[in-house]
Amino acid sequence: MKKTRKTDIVIVGGGIVGTAIARELAKYELDIILVEQQPDLAMGTTKANSAIMHAGYDAPEGSLKAKLNVRGNELYRQLKDELDLELAVTGSLVVAVNQAEMDTLVELKRRGKNNGVPGLEILSREEVLVREPSLSPDILGALYAPTGGMLWPFTAAFAFAENAVRNGVKVITECAVTGIEVVGGKTVGVHTSRGFIEADYVINAAGVHSDEVSRMAGDESFTIKPRKGEYILFDKSVKDLVKTIIFPTPSKISKGILLSQTVHGNVFIGPNAIDTNEKDDVSTTSMGMEEIIVGAKRLVPSLPLSAAITQFTGVRAVADSGDFIIRASSGSKGLIQAAGIQSPGLTAAPAIAEMIAVILKEEGLTLKPKIDFKPANPRRVVFSHMDHEARQALIAKNPLHGRIICRCETVTEGEIVDAIHRPCGARSVDGIKRRLRPGAGRCQGGFCGPRVTAILARELNIPVTAVRKDTADSYMFYDKIPGSSEVKTDA
Amino acid sequence: MREQQFDVVIIGGGPAGLAAAVSASQGVERVLVIERDRELGGILQQCIHNGFGLHRFKEELTGPGYAARYIKMVEERSNITVMLDTMVLSVSEDKTVIGVNPTDGIFKVSAKAIIFAMGCRERTRGAIRTPGTRPAGVLTAGAAQRMVNMEGYLPGEKVVILGSGDIGLIMARRMSLEGTHVEAVLEIMPYSNGLTRNVVQCLNDYDIPLHLGHTILKIHGKHRITGVTCAKVDETMKPIPGTEFYLECDCLLLSVGLIPENELSREMGIQMDNLTSGPVVDQLRQTNIPGFFAAGNVVHVHDLVDFVSEEGEIAGKYATYYANHTLGAVEKVISVKTADGVRTSVPQIVRLYQDDSQPVRLYMRVAKPERKVTLAIMNGEQVVLEKKLAVAKPGEMIVVDVPGDKLKTCGDKITVLLKR
Amino acid sequence: MEEKRRVSCIVCPLSCEGEVVIDSGAVKAVSGFSCPRGEAYAREEVTAPKRMLTTTVRIKGGQLPLLPVVSSNTLPKDKVTACARFLANLEVNAPVKEGDVIVPNIFGLGVDIVASRNLKAV
Repeated sequence: MKKTRKTDIVIVGGGIVGTAIARELAKYELDIILVEQQPDLAMGTTKANSAIMHAGYDAPEGSLKAKLNVRGNELYRQLKDELDLELAVTGSLVVAVNQAEMDTLVELKRRGKNNGVPGLEILSREEVLVREPSLSPDILGALYAPTGGMLWPFTAAFAFAENAVRNGVKVITECAVTGIEVVGGKTVGVHTSRGFIEADYVINAAGVHSDEVSRMAGDESFTIKPRKGEYILFDKSVKDLVKTIIFPTPSKISKGILLSQTVHGNVFIGPNAIDTNEKDDVSTTSMGMEEIIVGAKRLVPSLPLSAAITQFTGVRAVADSGDFIIRASSGSKGLIQAAGIQSPGLTAAPAIAEMIAVILKEEGLTLKPKIDFKPANPRRVVFSHMDHEARQALIAKNPLHGRIICRCETVTEGEIVDAIHRPCGARSVDGIKRRLRPGAGRCQGGFCGPRVTAILARELNIPVTAVRKDTADSYMFYDKIPGSSEVKTDA
Repeated sequence: MREQQFDVVIIGGGPAGLAAAVSASQGVERVLVIERDRELGGILQQCIHNGFGLHRFKEELTGPGYAARYIKMVEERSNITVMLDTMVLSVSEDKTVIGVNPTDGIFKVSAKAIIFAMGCRERTRGAIRTPGTRPAGVLTAGAAQRMVNMEGYLPGEKVVILGSGDIGLIMARRMSLEGTHVEAVLEIMPYSNGLTRNVVQCLNDYDIPLHLGHTILKIHGKHRITGVTCAKVDETMKPIPGTEFYLECDCLLLSVGLIPENELSREMGIQMDNLTSGPVVDQLRQTNIPGFFAAGNVVHVHDLVDFVSEEGEIAGKYATYYANHTLGAVEKVISVKTADGVRTSVPQIVRLYQDDSQPVRLYMRVAKPERKVTLAIMNGEQVVLEKKLAVAKPGEMIVVDVPGDKLKTCGDKITVLLKR
Repeated sequence: MEEKRRVSCIVCPLSCEGEVVIDSGAVKAVSGFSCPRGEAYAREEVTAPKRMLTTTVRIKGGQLPLLPVVSSNTLPKDKVTACARFLANLEVNAPVKEGDVIVPNIFGLGVDIVASRNLKAV
């Protein structure tokens, strides 16, 4: 349904950057609309990355990447309790397998110190192998960064989005931006698939499509070169394979194929880095998977391939300039770029949001703090983390928590219903998976899939045949084919 | 937390659990069956085809029909309590089970003996690492079977099936009878693991091509699946370049293997067999932890439900002996090893009890199809038993009874192998 | 006109692969089967193949939306799909007991379609 809206700010893109910006700006007396082209938030690069909060030694000194990585790392650690984030500050290791790499570690340490990264130290081979016994005995040492950690991107994005909505931001999904209206060099609004939104300020957080969005306003100052990275995720039964985040010594283009756990205890390997022309190609390939297996085995030779449970691909938005593009557009007044957010984008997101607020102020927008800003969301109920007493009390209040729908990850029907009805709630099977885990475990939806589909249909008051897996047309099931009522008589 | 005491607690109300319950109810006072689904019967309720029970009931029943027989037996016994819609959260070595359901909340039961009968789950696309996108319309054959036969929806209308085991074959026929078009069944091995009867009645009858020695290289489709790229494979199961072809479809069903569902057993530290993916059990179906038994697909994947019931009966019976402290002393332990063409054997251990000279039934599977071989059970160089097999297939379990008196004279190890 | 048909026997696990020679609908010769049961199966399979039918019908007011059904006997193979498509349109009312006749004498073939299980009314 198309209609015309009016607002102060339109944020284009509902990934980790767009949602972080929405939450940051929700602190001020502003009307804000966030538009996202997919049916759910966090379906672009936010959906498929290494889920790592980087320490910040890798980014070039003086770059926006470095500054915002370190500041973002700090912010997440502060926000962890306020926004109920899934964050484990486990520290990270960059492993060297030859002397040249050991020399690089020294350089990384120096660079990190300059970037403001605390606590970096170079560990000896023995020290490393004590922490990570599965590592190849060929390693010579590692750079240890205590502020590196595992950050679940979905809890962060949904926490940001939900908090933004609770503080007055409007989120519109399945709303693709088709044009930006510029009059006399000034932004006046955004054309979308759901109508025109009048606004003086547009924030471009459109991920791999941010250069296209920028061009809509006549700003052709950068190009996004998509870069594919594949991952393989393993069963929790092998979680003790690596205890922290293991990086190889980085190359010029990439941090390399790493091994890590997620906050939930699934070991994963990846990503590789293949430049592509296809911004929306998230297919895995046999060559890509082979590449990350070989890369990972160099560091952990005993990698148990038979314990693999799923594979996925993410596409990063690499800007041709090599750094984040966070600035007011010179092409159209009122357009603010938050583009080219490749690694360490997830880590930098809350710091990018801070910077966007500063730029808006510089561009003439008055940022009056909201007196009644609510910094926290109602706590998530996580059945799998609760003790039996707490669970019993929960079930007494809501019997739906007494029905386990996801056997692999112990997720209840009550949690699923809650995730559907929260602000920016789940409306698809994968939306439930991203928020809660059913479908992400070892059965990959074999047991829970039909049940989650039925619950979505019931709670959204739609037929089972209208339930989608993820994208706009990803309908899960069809009605049965009507039979033929003709009674054939025997000739 | 609500606490209750039972003599035998059975986790799983499918064919193994039901048979165990009926059997156990004859030896102890209080039996509990805990089932996660809304009704008893397990996977049988979605297996609406017939062919079940030829050995057990001398009739060919449908899955629901076979389940109904056992459900009736359970309902007729007043000392069997059933908890439906209930998930077991943990099992401890002190024989307590913690479960949860909407009515009782979290509860604890303590038992004298516990039987694992959780069945198995299906191998997934992620486990076989098929490249491509992750669109809607890709699901395991069993999940599709549940949707088609119990919930009333179709997973697609133009179907490709990967894997020619019985579940894949049965679903090929089922989808055809539902009016959809089944394009092909692809099987990576040079032979089908399913019964010949199913190849004939599910594929040939419906003119569905069976591509042996083929696999899927890539899944296509952005929203729903639009097709698959397939190729022939060589003897090492690697794709042969140049043999690729594309099959258009809107649904891919995976029938690529079953995995015994042993999370609860593993969490408890029960000793597992890597080949069967189930617990190591003896002929009484007792695991390495006394008082903990296991039966059915959770021990090893079965092809005939009749043997599942048989295992359940054994586990149920001896769980009651354990509960009543009438098992007696173990006189001898014999480990059962496999070699030369025999892939798995259950039980993996024989514990001979005083005054017990019953035959021990071994259930075995060969590694690949064989013709005109002899299955031999060896005690070192000595032959304990031999059985001529005109045909042996990995998909058809071989059952052999070893006389008790022969076992008494064996050493501490016997080996099952094929002589060609 | 003479025709040779290959038949995979399904009576026992030996799965003999034999051949039946048929001329104008009459069996002329049977070879390759190791037992009389196999030969009998092959003859029937080639002249008048029969199959059991199992499928579902819709059920109203029951604890489940579908009722599994089974044919009381084998049906001519070439009528199975038509029977299944006919049953696809059928809706019965709960409660139903295992063995209840859902469709008597389907298509006049002398075979009933019966319920495979009980389904209670809810």
